[in-house]
Amino acid sequence: MNDSLALPVARPLGDTLAVYALEAKYEFLRVLRTPAFALPTLLFPPMFYLLFGLLLNRGSANAAHYLFATYSVFGVMAPSLFGFGVGVAIERERGWLALKRVAPMPPGAYLLSKMVMAMLFAAIIYLVLAAMAWSIGGVHLEAGQWLLLGVIAVGGVVPFCALGLMIGSRANASGAPALVNLIYLPMAFLSGLWMPLTLLPALVGQIAPLWPAYHLAQLSLATIGRGDGSAVLPHVAALVLFALACFAVARRWLARAS
Amino acid sequence: MNRSDQTIAALHGVSRRFGTVLALDQVSLEVRRGEVLALLGPNGAGKTTAISLLLGLQQPDAGSADLFGVPPRSNGARNRIGAMLQTGGVPDTLTVAELVGLFRSYYPRPRSVADTVNLAGVADLLRRRYGTLSGGQQRRAQFALAICGNPEILFLDEPTTGLDVEARATLWKTVRQLVAEGSAIVLTTHYLEEAEALADRVDVLARGRIVASGSVQQIRARVAQRRIRCVSALAPEAVARWPEVRSVARAGERIEIVTDAAEIVVRQLLFEDTTLSDLEVHRAGLAEAFVEITREAA
Repeated sequence: MNDSLALPVARPLGDTLAVYALEAKYEFLRVLRTPAFALPTLLFPPMFYLLFGLLLNRGSANAAHYLFATYSVFGVMAPSLFGFGVGVAIERERGWLALKRVAPMPPGAYLLSKMVMAMLFAAIIYLVLAAMAWSIGGVHLEAGQWLLLGVIAVGGVVPFCALGLMIGSRANASGAPALVNLIYLPMAFLSGLWMPLTLLPALVGQIAPLWPAYHLAQLSLATIGRGDGSAVLPHVAALVLFALACFAVARRWLARAS
Repeated sequence: MNRSDQTIAALHGVSRRFGTVLALDQVSLEVRRGEVLALLGPNGAGKTTAISLLLGLQQPDAGSADLFGVPPRSNGARNRIGAMLQTGGVPDTLTVAELVGLFRSYYPRPRSVADTVNLAGVADLLRRRYGTLSGGQQRRAQFALAICGNPEILFLDEPTTGLDVEARATLWKTVRQLVAEGSAIVLTTHYLEEAEALADRVDVLARGRIVASGSVQQIRARVAQRRIRCVSALAPEAVARWPEVRSVARAGERIEIVTDAAEIVVRQLLFEDTTLSDLEVHRAGLAEAFVEITREAA
């Protein structure tokens, strides 16, 4: 046997976990040391909720509950879309991603560290929104419902991470934030996150199933008994399919990039 | 098989097109264990594209690339390489120590931190965030990331661009040390003296093709040009009319003659000017050879 042949080096499981942990730690430190990204991402959804969900909506308890459920979806979209969409675009364009891909970095460590960050942000945003809803929003839920909404919010980052990854694998760094906003805000509106779809033109309601935010919102609304009565599983399936499709496209684009 | 003759990285007739530009046109090259290969050529010659193909960052439109006999993207190959890219967009917010720690974790048999730090000369930078470093210090940090995995082959894309003279000398010394340990190195550079100082072999690229290939001496020999300097009473204008002379320039009290036939010109000089003094004849440096070769290719 010739020793120049590239024999696969089996990496002990402990080492692999250590890489994942280190990658996540430094992703966390990187975000922590970039308050210009972290603060707006954390503050924007609560501010939006305060302004449009609470102050301008002194309506019924029904509306307050609806809006809390949909704003919790709106809130968790931001860190995943911006974290991946803008973050990956910058790291791709600057060559950091290329350098890591030359080194034997496990691709999963890169993606997972960013996803864990998005989940952490989502959890913080959800807690802030929940505190606002409970204290001044007149939202009354059972402990189990608060918890389940939180789980949906944190788990719901996955399809938006995939969408963000797709954007980040193609967009240039300077254009990425604008592009993300161009997708984020209209999608929130068209998915009925700011006002119920029943108040919008029928067409909006008909095309709403195209948007992942719609499906996630339906899950949240069903949790507090305000869904449209549709089954839960098709919404979950739609989110999974959407995430897989975006991920597949992103993989293709990333392989061609750099 | 003789270890020192083993080819560990190769391009086999690769072409790569970007839109209408043919960046590489049927280029073949190989790197053997323990040798330094310099890719030399003007901007846009295809040096960085060649490196990207060897690293698997780009796919060739035709031909193939391999590292250690397998495709560059395979983990088996990536465990054994290190690279310093021109666009080493390292995050500003992490410290050099953190970056080295992260990259070491990717490799199954990394170099020790102390060893990496000493070789790359980043001992004084460890606690600094990458974004606060000067251009030259950033290149040193990138070099540390390239070598921390203890690679068998190291790709350096214009490694000394932006380095001061002292830092460049340090990097050269380190490269020689790595070669002595058995590493192979592929190096692209603008600096011709860098190739002369480090390379065992040189491939000259021009407009996406390899126009010359060989040792530094062989590349130089491709060009017969020599440079004659002397203090002479002869008028430069008169010497310039000799058929063997390519050009004559006055440099202070000396004249400098460029010719392909130094022996004939020297004989004629000594014949016509018996007071001639301070005679020197130089073979062209790699710089002249390189200009000559790429002009032929044009």
